[in-house]
Amino acid sequence: MTRQDALFQFLLRMGDNTLILGHRISEWCGIAPVLEEDIALANTALDFIGQTQFWLGYAGEVEGKDQDADRLAFHRDAWDFRNVLLCEMPNGDFGQTIMRQFLFDAWHSIFLGRLLKSSDPRVAEIAEKASKEVAYHLERSAGTVVALGDGTEESHARMQAALDYLYPYVGEMFLSDEVDQQMAEAGIAPDPATLREEYDALVARVMAEATLNIPENRYAHKGGRDGYMHTEHLGHLLCEMQWLQRAYPDAKW
Amino acid sequence: MYAQMIKTAGTGVKDRDEMSEEERKFQDRIDAGEKIEPKDWMPDDYRATLIRQIGQHAHSEIVGTLPEGNWVTRAPTLERKAILLAKVQDEAGHGLYLYCAAETLGISRDELTEDLLSGKMKYSSIFNYPTLNWADIGAVGWLVDGAAIMNQVPLQRTSFGPYSRAMIRICKEESFHQRQGYDAIRACAEGTPAQKKMAQDAMNRFWYPALMMFGPSDTDSVHSAQSMAWKIKINTNDELRQKFVDQTVPQAEYLGLTIPDPNLKWNEERGHYDFSQPDWSEFFNVIKGNGPCNVDRMAARNKAWDDGEWVREGMLAHARKKAAAKVAAE
Repeated sequence: MTRQDALFQFLLRMGDNTLILGHRISEWCGIAPVLEEDIALANTALDFIGQTQFWLGYAGEVEGKDQDADRLAFHRDAWDFRNVLLCEMPNGDFGQTIMRQFLFDAWHSIFLGRLLKSSDPRVAEIAEKASKEVAYHLERSAGTVVALGDGTEESHARMQAALDYLYPYVGEMFLSDEVDQQMAEAGIAPDPATLREEYDALVARVMAEATLNIPENRYAHKGGRDGYMHTEHLGHLLCEMQWLQRAYPDAKW
Repeated sequence: MYAQMIKTAGTGVKDRDEMSEEERKFQDRIDAGEKIEPKDWMPDDYRATLIRQIGQHAHSEIVGTLPEGNWVTRAPTLERKAILLAKVQDEAGHGLYLYCAAETLGISRDELTEDLLSGKMKYSSIFNYPTLNWADIGAVGWLVDGAAIMNQVPLQRTSFGPYSRAMIRICKEESFHQRQGYDAIRACAEGTPAQKKMAQDAMNRFWYPALMMFGPSDTDSVHSAQSMAWKIKINTNDELRQKFVDQTVPQAEYLGLTIPDPNLKWNEERGHYDFSQPDWSEFFNVIKGNGPCNVDRMAARNKAWDDGEWVREGMLAHARKKAAAKVAAE
């Protein structure tokens, strides 16, 4: 794998995470539990779509095959997507959505923090813009997880169920492969495996405050970030997201 | 306009000699162009009418996110998706300011929400029409927001301070939405034959519902006369509808879209376009609950509210525990 190929894969991972999770959050449009949450969810989705434009835009340039961010977002099939499985998991109830958000935000904020010092100035620039938004995402999702974990008996039970369901998808965010090794060697991005301790400390702090128990089983589902095996959920998401572009390939929108 | 068929409380405009001393002073302030603020004395009918009007406007913003949300997950480019998400977010924000403005009149957001969910309060008829193709999203921005602005721009000068201030902020965002909507339908109208078909289909379905947004003619309505005397309504429905048609026809011509009205033509003598009225029996049916989407829209709002109950209760329970812990610590 050349350095350029590795960089392309790395950028797809960053951009596909935000694209797919942003899409999931946007599915909440108009049906959140309270008006303030409608606004906050739309705002988070909007941040992610903006970040996607940067990451996938740069990915297309690095690839050098004349694919812009839209082409990459709307014309790849599931096996070419490089998001972690966590991002494509369905919304479930609001508890599952906000738990997924927190588990991702905690990783995202730590990871972007490291990218601020990336040897690739474009990566550092995107990370700088995104990390400001993500600091707020984390504050909000952590606060909501705490409130609902500590809230009523029902909200506590729902949040614990959400954590139990999603926790097996956490480990994938910390796997390393050849792409990560190349990025680490070039000083472009950290090796994700080195971030687990910091992540675990952050998650443990929030879950303690939320009175939720972190599952002991650390088994990790994987296959998203290398595209080997996504979940069944991704195909349905793509059917909806890519339909217009695929149905009318000659159209300019 | 997002408030339609608002029943003005009271029996119509009173003569000065029928008014109490307080009512006379109140009317003098309005006539002098002063703003009425929440703590000022106001007639009960003024308060009741404003609650209906602002509440209905707020509900329309909220229900209006549903037909647009219908396309958020199918938007054709990242930019169009971002624009649509930002618009929907603005609309939820408008709902929020408007509920806050209504709260200054002594009603809570929860009470207003219950009245929406029970069907006691209405929202604009336009949101009971479906969004069926992508160009509908353009048409909603261009025609629906365009019609809303016609009424909202004059309402920036309305007599009730919080409502006026909310309108000033809302109008800035709405005019942006209208331009974005026009740009989205323009891309379709200038696009492939299939896209042109989408744009024309959207025009065909949204033209008359957009004209209905202004409500039936109220030139002779005593209720409207009272609302106008109170400056919570600035123009008649017919004036606003005419203004909307006059503004929109050249925009449609520029896009090469045909307005579905064989009687539409420029009237040199009047200096306005002549046009056909929408089918008012259809309008009254939509208001009564028989529009294409009434049942689904209300079911979606009710489901969202019911599904969210445990979240709202959980948040409140946590806030109460925190407050109690703070008191205990002090």
